[in-house]
Amino acid sequence: MSRDLSRWTVLLGMGVLGLFFLTSAAHADTSESSSNTFTRVLFLQDYTTRNVLIGTTLLGMSGGVVGVFMLLRKRSLIADVVGHSALPGIVLAFLLTQVFQPGSGRNVPLLMLGAALAGLLGALFVVLIEGNSRIKADAAMAIVLSTFYGIGSALLTVTQRMPEQAVAGLKNYLNGQPAAMDRSDVYLIAVSSAILFGLTLLLFKELTLLCFDSEFAAADGWPVFRLDILLTGLVVGITILGMQSVGLLLVVAVLVIPAASARFWTNRIRLMTFLSAALGGLAAAVGTALSATFPHIAAGAVIVLAGTALFLVSLIFGRERGILWSWLEARRLQAKVGQHDLLRAAYESIEAQKNATESRTVNESDLLNTIVSIKELTDARSWSEARVRQLLQRAVQHQLLEPAGYGWHLTPEGADRARRAVRNHRLWELYLITFADVAPSHVDRAADRIEHILEADVIRKLEARLAAQQTAAMWQSPHD
Amino acid sequence: MSAPEHLHTCPLSIHDMTVAYQRRPVIWDIDYDAPAGQLIAIVGPNGAGKSTLVKAVLDLVPKVSGEVTVFGKPYKTQCDRVSYVPQRSSVDWDFPVSALDVAAMGLYRKIGWFGRVTRQYREEAMSALERVGMQDYANRQISQLSGGQQQRVFLARALAQDADLYLMDEPFAGVDATTERTIVDILQSLRDAGRTALVVHHDLQTAPEYFDQVVLLNMRLVASGPMKDVFTPENLRRTFGGKLPLLDQVGNRMAGGNS
Repeated sequence: MSRDLSRWTVLLGMGVLGLFFLTSAAHADTSESSSNTFTRVLFLQDYTTRNVLIGTTLLGMSGGVVGVFMLLRKRSLIADVVGHSALPGIVLAFLLTQVFQPGSGRNVPLLMLGAALAGLLGALFVVLIEGNSRIKADAAMAIVLSTFYGIGSALLTVTQRMPEQAVAGLKNYLNGQPAAMDRSDVYLIAVSSAILFGLTLLLFKELTLLCFDSEFAAADGWPVFRLDILLTGLVVGITILGMQSVGLLLVVAVLVIPAASARFWTNRIRLMTFLSAALGGLAAAVGTALSATFPHIAAGAVIVLAGTALFLVSLIFGRERGILWSWLEARRLQAKVGQHDLLRAAYESIEAQKNATESRTVNESDLLNTIVSIKELTDARSWSEARVRQLLQRAVQHQLLEPAGYGWHLTPEGADRARRAVRNHRLWELYLITFADVAPSHVDRAADRIEHILEADVIRKLEARLAAQQTAAMWQSPHD
Repeated sequence: MSAPEHLHTCPLSIHDMTVAYQRRPVIWDIDYDAPAGQLIAIVGPNGAGKSTLVKAVLDLVPKVSGEVTVFGKPYKTQCDRVSYVPQRSSVDWDFPVSALDVAAMGLYRKIGWFGRVTRQYREEAMSALERVGMQDYANRQISQLSGGQQQRVFLARALAQDADLYLMDEPFAGVDATTERTIVDILQSLRDAGRTALVVHHDLQTAPEYFDQVVLLNMRLVASGPMKDVFTPENLRRTFGGKLPLLDQVGNRMAGGNS
């Protein structure tokens, strides 16, 4: 089920990306100057673009670091709440400046302050609703997010009637407009990013503990509630820094996508944080460069989609949990299991042909010279003939079986492996019967799957434990 | 139980504690003093409030009324003398840290704010892992450990804390025989070192074997004291009511003098 889901996600993502690149390419054909712009962006020749590029890259990196803890605390959506809740704060701050200083235009630091306060207020409401009613976190977030955004939209329509030029800029905060960033904005982003970055690294140990086991942390005397507020504060910080470049509606992506991508590559939180920062910075840089080349596409969207592209690459190729590696792993295991089962079936068929008993086990020459037919193998388990032929073909390739007469016989290598597979299998069966209350008739199928996973030292232990009570009988199938 | 004199040396004193979730009381009027240097089992049916009792002591859930002191002082001032082992299922084991990282978390208070986990602390965490037989798995990611191994990692983290009072929530739940043996050995070594442990325990068969004292709980305190005096068929029936088919069997065992 979840496998299918992830496959569909991949297909969908690929489709979206394809569409995106197609439109970009079509656009590149019609615009003669775009390749020129691209080289200028690439080599940082353009002063404004360079500023913007530095600003967004720093934002992407610090977003990646903060996002790791957001993701691991399982509160990713709070970033979306903060982003949407910030809108009324911005508009109110703007309206207030117009009341007290008419015609003064946009005061960016003041707008950011408004955004930060409203964003924090939104996050606080979520906590209050969740803690004081029976409403669950997802519903609480949806309620707060839509309410705040609704208020913001309503206020925004009020400002539309105002004559000031500055009003036009307010809407840019929704979807981002990195080109509008000036030098002081970039300075602000650089300094704030460094602070957010430093705070997160300084509190790395504390935040890790909070995310892994908050109850233990609380019992151990750590101020869990305040750490959570601090983490929310970091998210608010990223949100207001990102509102100029990626916009309030998409800022959640800057936090979540790099962290989620990094998780596919590693099981170590330190490396994950480093990778997340790198991926976040890379996505933001590539996105900014692309959006400078194709100015007709919303810049915030381009940055987010560049992150999505990296996410898809990670989802498929990620070393620790990427789809490709798990698929290859599953295939390898399947092939190994199939081969063992085939060899075991061949061994058991030889046993049956030779009427092996407890006192007389099959010997080397029996194993090497007895011919096994395809019918005997098909009958041995619930295999189709096609499956048996496929397994046989692979076994012949690996020189475990050789065609002979009306069937196949084992090679010395194959006989050796068959003996080992049968031994492991019966040891395991015997173990299950002896030590666990498993009905003997139910043992076989469970044992089939587990014997391929048993490690060598476990097998040695089993042998030692069982040798005492079962000596010769080890070679006999216990449920015959 | 008569109203006890709450002693300063007592590792844990609970006085008239009531805890409620959403206005529905979960445990009522608990009055209990834990004797020092003993292994104490908290036993009761599902929903009896065993975990709630532990969490309320640790201030993890709010109390409606009552007072708890640890070694004669409020819990908040005594965090460093207490170690908590939560239920294994309370955390997401698919978390990007290794067994050693988790064991080292028991040292974070000692390391302090902003401090780094240096080599000295890593070695300390490693020796905690050795005590539970997990040294070979130190660098494994925790999701790759079996349930019993995960429980032992939790135990290592608690040992690293080097506390005087241990509160464990169902450490024996769903573990293999090796882990069960390890936990029993660790508990005994803690008692030998004069430490006190309160352990939520679900298995009536092994309770008399593993523990010195028992607290029988079913929303209220049914009985508490030394195992041989308190763990009687009569008290068990009062604790579990008719809920437990196993009860008569255990009762017979106890009546037969077999513990």
